[in-house]
Amino acid sequence: MSRAEIRLTGFGGQGIILSGYIIGKAAAIHDKKQATFTQSYGPESRGGACSAQVIISDEPVSYPHLIDPSILVVMSQEAYNKYAPTLRDGGLLIVDEDLVETGDLAGDVRLLSVPATRLAEELGRKIVANIVMLGFLAAVTDVVSVEAMREAVRTSVPKGTEELNLRAFGKGYEYARAAD
Amino acid sequence: MNGEGVLTGEFFMMGDVACAEGAISAGCRFFAGYPITPATETAERMAERMPQIGGTYVQMEDELASMITVLGASWGGVKAMTATSGPGFSLMMENLGWGIMTETPCVLVNVQRGGPSTGLPTLVGQGDMMQARWGSHGPYEIIALAPSSPQELFDLTIRAFNLSEKYRTPVLVMTDAEVGHMTEKVVIPPPEEIETFPRRKPTVPPHEYLPYKADDDLVPPMANAGEGYRFHITGLTHDERGYPVIDAETQDKLITRLVEKIRKNKDDIIQLEENGLEDAEVVLCSYGISARTALWPVELARREGIKVGTLRLITVWPFPEERIRQLAGRVRAFVVPEINYGQIALEVERCASGQAEVTLVGHAGGDIHEPERVLEAIRRAVR
Repeated sequence: MSRAEIRLTGFGGQGIILSGYIIGKAAAIHDKKQATFTQSYGPESRGGACSAQVIISDEPVSYPHLIDPSILVVMSQEAYNKYAPTLRDGGLLIVDEDLVETGDLAGDVRLLSVPATRLAEELGRKIVANIVMLGFLAAVTDVVSVEAMREAVRTSVPKGTEELNLRAFGKGYEYARAAD
Repeated sequence: MNGEGVLTGEFFMMGDVACAEGAISAGCRFFAGYPITPATETAERMAERMPQIGGTYVQMEDELASMITVLGASWGGVKAMTATSGPGFSLMMENLGWGIMTETPCVLVNVQRGGPSTGLPTLVGQGDMMQARWGSHGPYEIIALAPSSPQELFDLTIRAFNLSEKYRTPVLVMTDAEVGHMTEKVVIPPPEEIETFPRRKPTVPPHEYLPYKADDDLVPPMANAGEGYRFHITGLTHDERGYPVIDAETQDKLITRLVEKIRKNKDDIIQLEENGLEDAEVVLCSYGISARTALWPVELARREGIKVGTLRLITVWPFPEERIRQLAGRVRAFVVPEINYGQIALEVERCASGQAEVTLVGHAGGDIHEPERVLEAIRRAVR
């Protein structure tokens, strides 16, 4: 059974929940796989810790929570402190390098850093940092196809912001390719 | 039903939203409610969608008013529903009883969260299952369905409307915060592929109409207000004219019919999903999110060589007594995970009647079961 478990974390307002939705939609609608997206957050609309969980599988997803996450995307220090220990050996950890100080990593984890928020600011809108991160994620993993992710971004962001978001997606994707 | 409003297509959709779309696909054109986590997304969707398709959304002052307004809308001739969670469900109980007594079709969705009281607003519970059965006063039967996924929340909301029209009674959709807030692929079929049950209208002229004279299947046809048919509606015990008659004889006639119209049609109402029961020694019996959560530990138990099958209660009320009895005669045990401290497990135990062991895997709420706890209960059942 192929089952990929992804957790995205940060604080409320960064678009973490939307990112999880986009990955799930890319897998379920455009890549024709099974995907389950769940979310957890505090009562605050901004600033509280939040987490999005996506499970992608070739078969129906029975257990809907993460059992053994293999990819962790972190966009705040608080989230890093809380969730970094849950990543399994051999897992992939992606951090926004300007927001997270990783220190010494426990276990055998593959760490990738991307200045997602800074790249978004270069586009003039810090708010698309989450989409930069999705571009990066699409480039460095194969959980969903790049085309599916791009299409899911285009159809999930607010009307009128598609071009900006697709540029953000491209920027994250190119950053990863350049670093390869 | 001309299919107007049906959003045919493939969506990556939250369960609560799928519930609203299911209602719309079933022909629902009236929603009255009071927002409450984790059911708010259903209300939000209806607030957005109702005005687009000629329906009505009413933001009520509380859940007592929500429920009675839904009942009033139904008498006005429109398919109507409300959605709430534990605290609101408690407030709706009085008027739910009025809906049962007056035989008013409607759908009440409960996205269960951890209780009692305000409990855990954002987190899962399944503690309202017995309240669904007995929460309003007096003797009655109720229909309650329990979906395990956003797709099923869509499908079962349609089924709830159909059953409510067919049997002229409020129907409960007992989902929970996990399924309601989960997002998965939801397929909405074209309108011509969606089965909907229309209101059972009188076939006699107005002067011959008796609003509570039942057809052979114990269900009376229903005239809508303003159609020229005269009727009287009361929560008091009433005769075929709908007029109050306060004696034991009328009570016996009316309440027996209300109970029997569900019991005699239970084969039509009860829907179960069974897997691997042919040679099972243990039956994992559950419903809603807990039935789904248990599939993984069931798979692990099978890999260990344990003969375990699953019985998922898609319809929880009326309870599938006969099926449990049949199985109890030939299996060793039932394992019943649910997010409460024993509600449906007690029903399974009642029907198993000492012929098979029944083990509750309880949970106080706030999370789904850890797979290991359910697996360990299955292992213990065959020891």
